[in-house]
Amino acid sequence: METLGYLIDGFGVALAPHNLMFALLGAMLGTLIGALPGLGPANGVAILIPLAFSLGLAPDTAMIMLTSVYAGAMYGGRISSILLNIPGDEPAMMTCLDGYPMAQQGKAAEALAISAVASFVGSLIATIGLILLAPVLANFALTFGPAEYFALFMLAFATLGGITGKNPMKTVLAACLGLMIATVGIDNTGVQRYTFGVLELFEGVDFIIAIVGLFAISELLFFIEDRAGGGKETISVSKLKLSWKDIRNIMPSSFRGGVLGFVAGVLPGAGASLGSFIAYTLEKKVVGSKGGFGKGDPRGVAAPEAGNNGASSGALVPMLTLGVPGSGTTAVLLALLISLNITPGPLMFTQNADIVWGVIAALLIGNFLLLVLNIPLVGIFVKLLSVPPMYLLPIVTMVAFVGIYSISNTTFDLYFMVAFGVLGYVLRKLEIPLVPVILGLLLGPEMEKNLRHALDISDGDWMVLWDSGLAIGLWVFAAIGLILPTIVGPVLRRRMRGLEQKDTAIGD
Amino acid sequence: MSLPMPVKLIAIATLALGASSALAFEPKGKVECLAPADPGGGWDFTCRSVGNVLETLDLVPASVQTINMAGAGGGVAFAHTVSKRAGDDQLLVAASTATTTRLAQGQFPGMDASMVNWVGALGADYGVIAVANDSEYQDLPALMEALKTDPRSVKFAGGSAKGGWDHLKVLIAAQEAGVENLPRIAYLSYNNGGEAMTQVVGGHVDAFTGDITEAQGFMDSGDLRVLAVLSEERLPGEFSEIPTAREQGIDALGPNWRGFYMPADISDEAREYWVGAMDTIYESDEWKEVMSSNGLMPFHMTAGEFQDFVTQQIVDIETLSKDIGLVQ
Repeated sequence: METLGYLIDGFGVALAPHNLMFALLGAMLGTLIGALPGLGPANGVAILIPLAFSLGLAPDTAMIMLTSVYAGAMYGGRISSILLNIPGDEPAMMTCLDGYPMAQQGKAAEALAISAVASFVGSLIATIGLILLAPVLANFALTFGPAEYFALFMLAFATLGGITGKNPMKTVLAACLGLMIATVGIDNTGVQRYTFGVLELFEGVDFIIAIVGLFAISELLFFIEDRAGGGKETISVSKLKLSWKDIRNIMPSSFRGGVLGFVAGVLPGAGASLGSFIAYTLEKKVVGSKGGFGKGDPRGVAAPEAGNNGASSGALVPMLTLGVPGSGTTAVLLALLISLNITPGPLMFTQNADIVWGVIAALLIGNFLLLVLNIPLVGIFVKLLSVPPMYLLPIVTMVAFVGIYSISNTTFDLYFMVAFGVLGYVLRKLEIPLVPVILGLLLGPEMEKNLRHALDISDGDWMVLWDSGLAIGLWVFAAIGLILPTIVGPVLRRRMRGLEQKDTAIGD
Repeated sequence: MSLPMPVKLIAIATLALGASSALAFEPKGKVECLAPADPGGGWDFTCRSVGNVLETLDLVPASVQTINMAGAGGGVAFAHTVSKRAGDDQLLVAASTATTTRLAQGQFPGMDASMVNWVGALGADYGVIAVANDSEYQDLPALMEALKTDPRSVKFAGGSAKGGWDHLKVLIAAQEAGVENLPRIAYLSYNNGGEAMTQVVGGHVDAFTGDITEAQGFMDSGDLRVLAVLSEERLPGEFSEIPTAREQGIDALGPNWRGFYMPADISDEAREYWVGAMDTIYESDEWKEVMSSNGLMPFHMTAGEFQDFVTQQIVDIETLSKDIGLVQ
């Protein structure tokens, strides 16, 4: 009951008129930042920190505004995924898979509305989880050692086969390509790999550059090609037709996605991308043959959206209870807390209860605000689609260039992004899906690091990898994820072939 | 973000006025502070907090803009300062022991410390070696004894890369304690000190190496026991309970200073101005408040003294890195 009292106090803080106003401002700015390719939540929050300082905001107000920016950015990331097939940030990548096909079928408004509802459900589940279980979950995160993390990443890769496209070998190829790119940079022992003495490569390839290049620049290249060959069909946009039945339909998916995302978010080093990824692949397995996943299934939009929003709230658990950032954005938020004279660590919940609970209450309020903001705005976002691509795509590309440059201030990254764009164009021509490339790039370094750490601790004994019950459990899940599709897959595919006539190029 | 109108006007006015008073150096218009990492880290904090104090103390005419330039652990920013910004007397670059470590180990190819102007250090964060509360090791000598018998018996986790400052602190202490076969000591590198600490508190790794400010949270909660702080004397205030390594008979020091360098080829007047500014900041109440609220300890040097300190630290780290086989 103590918790409830704290929460009520928290609402008292968050509902103060000026805090509410800044929450609203933050949510709007966040949505905008999230929607722009190249500017993810981490950069959004970082860019807005000076604003919080120059406005001379009190610690609680500053934190409330920036958590709203964070939540807003997770909402915003999906907009360009659905409308343009360009993810606004890395967790929004999975939303492309079914969101863009929906838009192509003229159901952009539905896709946006569904994703807003699913995001809300995901955040709500995760925030409630955060309130009720934060201390317990902090201990759960502590039980994850290197071996358990390694098994977790293996689980992610094992389920990769089922994610995109018709040809699993191409998915594997794409993931390997991502893993290969991930080896660039100074490795864990200080050895340089494929850096060729270029300073900019020492820390490896920044995945934001890879995402913007692979998705946005390649999209532009495709567009240019289409124009040269007679022009692209404009996507028809119909009015929002969403019934309660549709919303009820996506509820189970949103719920499962939210829970999974939350768990992934709680583990520092797993993060929102893994949350939305696992939510999508699992949903595909649960729904199985009945769904048209990859071809515009609303549940394929709902699951990863709930997943990534669940994960973003989940990432606050290690941040608030252990002082450990679970993602890039929480790292920035943590830095803000430190500069506000708050010591991160296990005592933050007790020593700074007013701020912590104010933030949690703000998160709940922010999510309501975002839902209310987002549903009426669907119409405006969809209007974007009626802007002729010849204007829209160059603007998006320009924003991407400015965004990337604003992060690193080096032109090298811009050339690199263009190179990734060309690579993305070639891969898409070969019908190799792009999502596994990014996943390999994102998860590869963490997986390698944890394997090395595990072996370092055991002095080279490989048995350490399945030494705990938790690790064994994760390995079993990974094995099921790997073997099941190869047995069930062909059966499903035969059935699907009967159902599906039209063949659309999806998977990127 | 654009400047508000009045600030712009003042900036223009100062530019116009500045031209007539060219004798003594004064910064004109916007001053830039380059943070060689992504937002949120120590360098970013150095730039933003010092920028604020510079503005409050009217040491700069307009604003201090923090620019983040991540890459190669500060190497990209160092190269940028050397090759593109020579002679720019309105640019400060944040630096710390991590910078000297990389310079010493030759990780900025073709570049060395003499290619920039080291203007001053404004505080330090001291290194600690800590264990989980239920650990069998009660003090630093006990831990070192275990390493002497078997260098693989204690595994360390820290937030810097292998060979980086957190790793070196362990090796400095082990070398002082007379541990042989230093390269065999296991060091696991994590993304940040916080992640490394959860692994130690969770019982997966034996000991934590990092800075005192990182350890504070888990120390207060009683999950982490700091065996030694690598400072000359005991730290003030709430940290005074923690014994130094020196008083336990292991003469190891590990200050992680925070300071700045500037591009080469700036005028003597400009250098004098910025060195003076560093002294003014260090003396100010505003900075003292920043230091106490962020756990920074007294540590101040400017100009020639700082340049010598940096040179000496680089020599020391280079020797150590060679001794333990980190560099050839």
